[in-house]
Amino acid sequence: MRTMMELHQSCSNLREYGSEQCLLSKPDGSSTFVQGDTSILAGVYGPAEVKVSKEIYDRATVEVLIQPKMGLPGVRERAREQCVRETCEAALLLTLHPRSSVTVVLQVIHDDGSLLSCCLNAACMALMDAGLPMSHLFCSVTCAISKEGQIITDPTALQEKESRALLTFAVDSVERTVLMSSTTGSFSVQELQQCIALSKKASEQIFQFYRESVKRRYSKIK
Amino acid sequence: MAAGFKTAEPLEYHRSFLKENCRPDGRELGEFRPTTLNISSVSTADGSALVKIGNTTVICGIKAELTTPPSDAPNRGYIVPNVDLPPLCSSKFRPGPPGEQAQAASQFIADVIESSDLINMEELCIEKSKLCWVLYCDIMCLDYDGNLLDACIIVLLAALKNAQLPEVTINKETDLAEADIQKKQPLKINRLPVGSSFAVFDDSIIIVDPTAEEESLSTALLTVVTDEEDRLCAVHKPGGTSLSGEKLQHCINRAITRNKEISKLVNKVTESMKTAK
Repeated sequence: MRTMMELHQSCSNLREYGSEQCLLSKPDGSSTFVQGDTSILAGVYGPAEVKVSKEIYDRATVEVLIQPKMGLPGVRERAREQCVRETCEAALLLTLHPRSSVTVVLQVIHDDGSLLSCCLNAACMALMDAGLPMSHLFCSVTCAISKEGQIITDPTALQEKESRALLTFAVDSVERTVLMSSTTGSFSVQELQQCIALSKKASEQIFQFYRESVKRRYSKIK
Repeated sequence: MAAGFKTAEPLEYHRSFLKENCRPDGRELGEFRPTTLNISSVSTADGSALVKIGNTTVICGIKAELTTPPSDAPNRGYIVPNVDLPPLCSSKFRPGPPGEQAQAASQFIADVIESSDLINMEELCIEKSKLCWVLYCDIMCLDYDGNLLDACIIVLLAALKNAQLPEVTINKETDLAEADIQKKQPLKINRLPVGSSFAVFDDSIIIVDPTAEEESLSTALLTVVTDEEDRLCAVHKPGGTSLSGEKLQHCINRAITRNKEISKLVNKVTESMKTAK
C-alpha cells in the first residue's frame, strides 16, 4: 500500500522536504525522506531473531547499517551509524522485546548536504511505519556556520563545504531537548547556543509534518 | 557483602553512592582520575606517547612517510589516525576487524584534528603535487577502563608535539627525495585541543570521566573538546537520553578548566624532554 508523496514547502529556512512511507514490501517498515536534493531510503526489520552473540537478555538489540551511494561502508559511515543507533535506542521501548533485534538499514540515494539529519528523519519515519513502540519521536536539523559567522539551517553540500563549522542536532518530540549532537569545525559557546535554539525552532515544523502525514495516511484506512 | 550487592544490582549500587554525591572509587562527581603522561617511549616511531587516565592506558605511535599529495589538495599533506581496541584491553572486544566503537573513535579523532586546526597541513607539503608527508597515527588502547576518547586526544597531542621529522629536499638532477636524518625538525602545533567526557545517569546526574562500569550503566555519554582559546572543537553526544541547556553549559565550563590542567601537563612533559636532552 503506497501513500502519496507528501511535499511540504517550508516557510522558514529549511529546504523543501517530503516523505513517503510503506514503499517496500519485504521490510516491516520503510520510508524515504527528502530534504532539498538529499534523499535517503530507510527500511526497518523488527522485532526479529538475533544472533546469540549479540543478544541482550532484557532488551532488543538495535543495529543500524548505512550504505553510501558509492563504494563500501567505511569509517565515516560507522560513526554515523553510532549516532543513529544510540538515538533510536533512546526513543524505542526496547525492554518490550527482549532477546530480539531491530535492524534499520539506510540507503543514501543522493547526498546534497545535511546527510546525518536526513538519515535520522528517515529512520524515525520508518520506525513509525513499522509500528515499533516508541516513547517519543525524534527529528534532526543541521546548522552550518559560514566563515562570516552567519548561521544557515539545512545547508546544501556547497554551503557545507564553504562553512567553518557544521553542527547536527537531534531533538525529541515530547520535551524538545537535544538528544544527539555531532559537530565538526570550531565554534564559540554562544554560536552553539544559537544553533541549538535554531534547531529546536526548525524541529517544530518537522514534527508538525510528521503529525500531518501520519494523520493523512491513517484517515484513508476505513 | 558489598561485592554481592554490586554484582546483583549494579545500578542500585551506583545510585546509593550518587545519592551521597560521590562514586564507588571515592571520587567526587566532577573529579577526573589522576592522569599521567609519558612521551618518546617507542624509539622506532617518529613520535610517541603513553597516557594513563586512572586505569585506562592508551599509547600512540606516529610514523611519517613520504607520498604524493592527493589530487584534490595538491599543496597539503595529511594525517591518518587509527584507533585500535585489541582484545587485550577488555573482554568486550573480540579479535577480528575493528568494531563500531574503534571505527567511530577513529572518525572522531580525524574530525577533531581537522576541526581544531591542530597542524597546518600546508606545512606537511614538501613540493606541490609531487611530495608530501603523511603521518600515520596509530592509537592503541592497552587497558580499557572508560573515557577512551579523552585519552586518545591527549596521547595524540603529546605524540605530535614529540614527533621529529627529518628535513627532505628534492635532488634536482635525479628528481628523487633525499631525507637528512641528522637534521630533524619538530612539528608546529597550532592548537591544544583537550577533551572531557561525561556520563549521564538516570537522565539527571552528570558524572565526569566515567569508568567502564559507569559507562555501561549510564543513559547517555557526552564528550566536549575545547581548545586553549575556549572555543569548542567538538560537542559529541551520539544519542542516548536528552540533556538540558544548563547541564550542557555546566559540562562545557568543566571542559574549559580541564583544558588548562592538561595543557599544563603536556607542556611540562615536553619541556622536561628538552631539558633532559
